[in-house]
Amino acid sequence: MWVYEKKLQYPVRVSKCDVRMAKYLLEQYGGADGELSAALRYLNQRYTIPDKVIGVLNDIGTEEFAHLEMIATMVYKLTKDASVHELEAAGLGANYAQRDHAMFYQNAEGVPWTSAYIQAKGDPIADLYEDIAAEEKARATYQWLIDMTDDVDLQDSLKFLREREIVHSLRFKESVQILIDERDKKRIF
Amino acid sequence: MDSQERVWKPYRGPFDPCPPIPYKTYVVPPNLFIPFQPPGLPQFPLNEALRAGTLWPALYSPYESKAGKGGVKG
Repeated sequence: MWVYEKKLQYPVRVSKCDVRMAKYLLEQYGGADGELSAALRYLNQRYTIPDKVIGVLNDIGTEEFAHLEMIATMVYKLTKDASVHELEAAGLGANYAQRDHAMFYQNAEGVPWTSAYIQAKGDPIADLYEDIAAEEKARATYQWLIDMTDDVDLQDSLKFLREREIVHSLRFKESVQILIDERDKKRIF
Repeated sequence: MDSQERVWKPYRGPFDPCPPIPYKTYVVPPNLFIPFQPPGLPQFPLNEALRAGTLWPALYSPYESKAGKGGVKG
């Protein structure tokens, strides 16, 4: 069960009318290494992982939904007032033809999200290594997105999200270490 | 802390069609250097922590846009 807090994890402000960025941001919305993939990957894996690290997957999976919400807010702000012509010019004409201004879980190229993006191998080390890789890929995606905009406010929110990927990656690494060490005695933390 | 950036030189061919990029960079964020976070690391004040995206300066990784700073506030 979840408790919903009606606010964003970090403020999202977009200062530049730049519909083009909306299309690129979709990579983190419904892309392979995006926030939806991350949330669903971790929350699904937690059932079959050793109980010492279930909490990590639970917490991070939940936080990814908060990130998804931030990305959605960015895309929405950038597109809500866009004319059909502006959407077309930004490469979102096909999206308009299908669903007006509605968003959808698709990547920057318009490919719909698929569960084939994520894995559950049932082996705790394999699963956690996938999660570490996913965090590093998401970090890289955020870097490229930050590179693509000169809107300092949008950059600010994206930098926050990028930093979270770094922290999550470390937490998954620590989870692997906990499983390797196995013992309950002498913990280093 | 050491620089979080690494530099490498891509091969330059004699017949490359485009002006060459002399060097490329990639980021090595601090999580790569911490196997297991030790207890009691110094913390940011809360308002700075929110802005940084982490409670711990040791985990903080700055990143600047290659597009620079424009926008309304820029």
